Amino acid sequence: MSATSAMPRTEVQTQPLTGSEVVLKALVEQGVDVVFGYPGGAVLPLYDAIFKQNSIRHILVRHEQGAVHAAEGYARSTGKVGVVLVTSGPGATNTVTGLTDALMDSVPVVCLTGQVPTHMIGNDAFQEADTVGITRPCTKHNYLVKEPARLAQVIHEAFHVARSGRPGPVVVDLPKDVLMGPAPYTPKETVRHKTYNPRVEPQADAIERALDLMAEARRPIFYVGGGVINAGPEACAAVTDLIRRTGFPVTLTLMGLGAFPASDPQFVGMLGMHGTYEANLAMHGCDVMVAIGSRFDDRVTGRLDSFSPGSRKIHIDIDPSSINKNVPVELGIVADAGRAVAALLEGWRARGLQPDGAKLGPWWDQIKAWQSRDSLRFRQSGDVIKPQHAIRRLYELTQGRETYITTEVGQHQMWAAQHFKFEQPRHWMTSGGLGTMGYGLPAAMGVQVAHPDALVIDIAGEASWVMNMQEMSTILQYRLPVKSFILNNSYMGMVRQWQEFFHGNRYSESYMDSLPDFVKLAEAFGAVGLRATKADELDDVIKEMIAVDRPVICDVVVDRAENVYPMIPGGAAHNEIKLSPEDDAPVRGSEHGMVLV
Amino acid sequence: MTQVEERHTIAVLVDNEPGVLARVIGLFSGRGYNIDSLTVAEVDAERSRSRINIVTHGTAQVIEQIKALLDKLVPVHRVADLTIDGPSVERELALIKVVGGREQLVQALRLADFMHARLVDSSIESFVFEITGASDQIDAFIHLIEPLGLTEVSRAGVVAMARGPASLGRDDS
Repeated sequence: MSATSAMPRTEVQTQPLTGSEVVLKALVEQGVDVVFGYPGGAVLPLYDAIFKQNSIRHILVRHEQGAVHAAEGYARSTGKVGVVLVTSGPGATNTVTGLTDALMDSVPVVCLTGQVPTHMIGNDAFQEADTVGITRPCTKHNYLVKEPARLAQVIHEAFHVARSGRPGPVVVDLPKDVLMGPAPYTPKETVRHKTYNPRVEPQADAIERALDLMAEARRPIFYVGGGVINAGPEACAAVTDLIRRTGFPVTLTLMGLGAFPASDPQFVGMLGMHGTYEANLAMHGCDVMVAIGSRFDDRVTGRLDSFSPGSRKIHIDIDPSSINKNVPVELGIVADAGRAVAALLEGWRARGLQPDGAKLGPWWDQIKAWQSRDSLRFRQSGDVIKPQHAIRRLYELTQGRETYITTEVGQHQMWAAQHFKFEQPRHWMTSGGLGTMGYGLPAAMGVQVAHPDALVIDIAGEASWVMNMQEMSTILQYRLPVKSFILNNSYMGMVRQWQEFFHGNRYSESYMDSLPDFVKLAEAFGAVGLRATKADELDDVIKEMIAVDRPVICDVVVDRAENVYPMIPGGAAHNEIKLSPEDDAPVRGSEHGMVLV
Repeated sequence: MTQVEERHTIAVLVDNEPGVLARVIGLFSGRGYNIDSLTVAEVDAERSRSRINIVTHGTAQVIEQIKALLDKLVPVHRVADLTIDGPSVERELALIKVVGGREQLVQALRLADFMHARLVDSSIESFVFEITGASDQIDAFIHLIEPLGLTEVSRAGVVAMARGPASLGRDDS
């Protein structure tokens, strides 16, 4: 791409590019077609350059946190790097939550921040903040560009770092004088980065050892996480192929949903604190665990000293520091999930191995017995809408459409994970690691920008949704038909649930008083407002929400007292599961568990 | 995995760029790991590389984490665990000030001579000694000189290197 086609310029072509033009040219060369941002003093030169070109579309958000979540939604639904552009000082500090979210959930984002001119850095200038200092612990890497000569190279490097290895957010801090002054352009490097080149190929002997363990297994399980989705659709297809060729059961993490089709009988459901009974007991009782792109986080493992005590563990991850971090494993394989699984598949075929019904039969019988407990059951009766029922109906009524789901954080998020079935990767966007309330609406906005014709739904709780509801204005401006499906129980539901279980029903500050009228709110934002308060209204409301080609806020008034089951309390083991309110197993509020979140 | 804490000396070769030390230290403080000693200086001006020597302690699992996390940092070229990768040599330099009367200073001088410390500054009522050696030698010298009017200690921290021909910094990584 030449400079002229990227940026129509009226000046003589021999005139050097400005820093701003160099930034845009580098973005174009990196394949960027959309930027989520908010202007301000320090980035005015860049916004001026944006005004003069047509290659990159700018989406004006209403808060910088929304820009990062939108970029995350864009990135996770496309596999491309999401790009954010904000000004210095408050513009940059407002991105911190989004950047931390992207770091925890391994989302590739490049965030360009304006900065005061280099000669004023450190003077407590207007809208100055130590952006690289503030964002150092919440980014994969960050840069402050003081030399125009380095500018283009740094932008290219930022994309390389953001998307390579375990993906993550990268900040590039751009002083105003660097943006305004002349800067040379250097094309995208084709050479290897001098220090950052993560290992992607698995070691052959490790693959052989993994195959030995898998071939001997009598009670195996695959434990697959978001790393496989990050590795791409081909990696997900390879994992699916491997799982089917082995006949092993598979559980997915919250971030891994969609990596393997939920409708497949080998899928035993999500695992972890609110995972299915069968997934958690299979993890607890397995003899060989094959973890791929998952990180043994505390929501998955429960109490560490009783986590899957009898198993030999294989852990495939592109991030060496994920291996042996929380749980010691017998065999760690540092590699790209796709490459490692391709190698396993090849070896499995070469050894002539097949699903061994005789060997795995008793294990599957046991799993089926656990499945018969029907741990996701709920009773929908009468007028009051059960939130699980609302999600089931939403799932059923969206079948046959290209549907992308985002969520906020809390009870509704867990119910969505349990009751909405994902058949393919990159259609489920949720804040897993950081647990960011306010993620879902801006993320849905980013997804809709990337997929204008798809049905994009934010399954929300009312408390989370209002945290970033200013983005309704952005949604209106760009005519994004994002649907907010709000399960309104007038509580911060998960907080209320924990207060019920662990704090003697003292609902301290978890009641959502003075909520807005969501239907009127929708109208105020120029969107369509719908409400369902009774079970028999639900289907019509969902159908209308889907049918309307405009943004919709759907206020679904649900049972206030409903809790998320099954539940493994903090600090408990996988076999200490509370299945329902009637369940005899008490929720253990151990001293040790109480301090855990 | 064992819960016994071990002391490890880790050498890290990094690009000498602004903020690189903050990244390394932030990794330790952010995750609650320990830094017992830290030295950093440019070792290759031409390629702008610095070497950081870190002495830390933790369980085997923590040490493995520290090395993996250091290796993930973008400006890091190489990480070596000098404690387990093979035999290594460790040295530290310290300046030690003694203030006292004639009698004490004479004794301090005798002790310094015995411990191979050098006198680098003197006044009527004070001496500054320089001592180089393994950390425990320096500990011993400080311990012995304490009753003779020790008033100030400045230690450079541990620098370390693998014994034999293996090299951290002269290949083209």
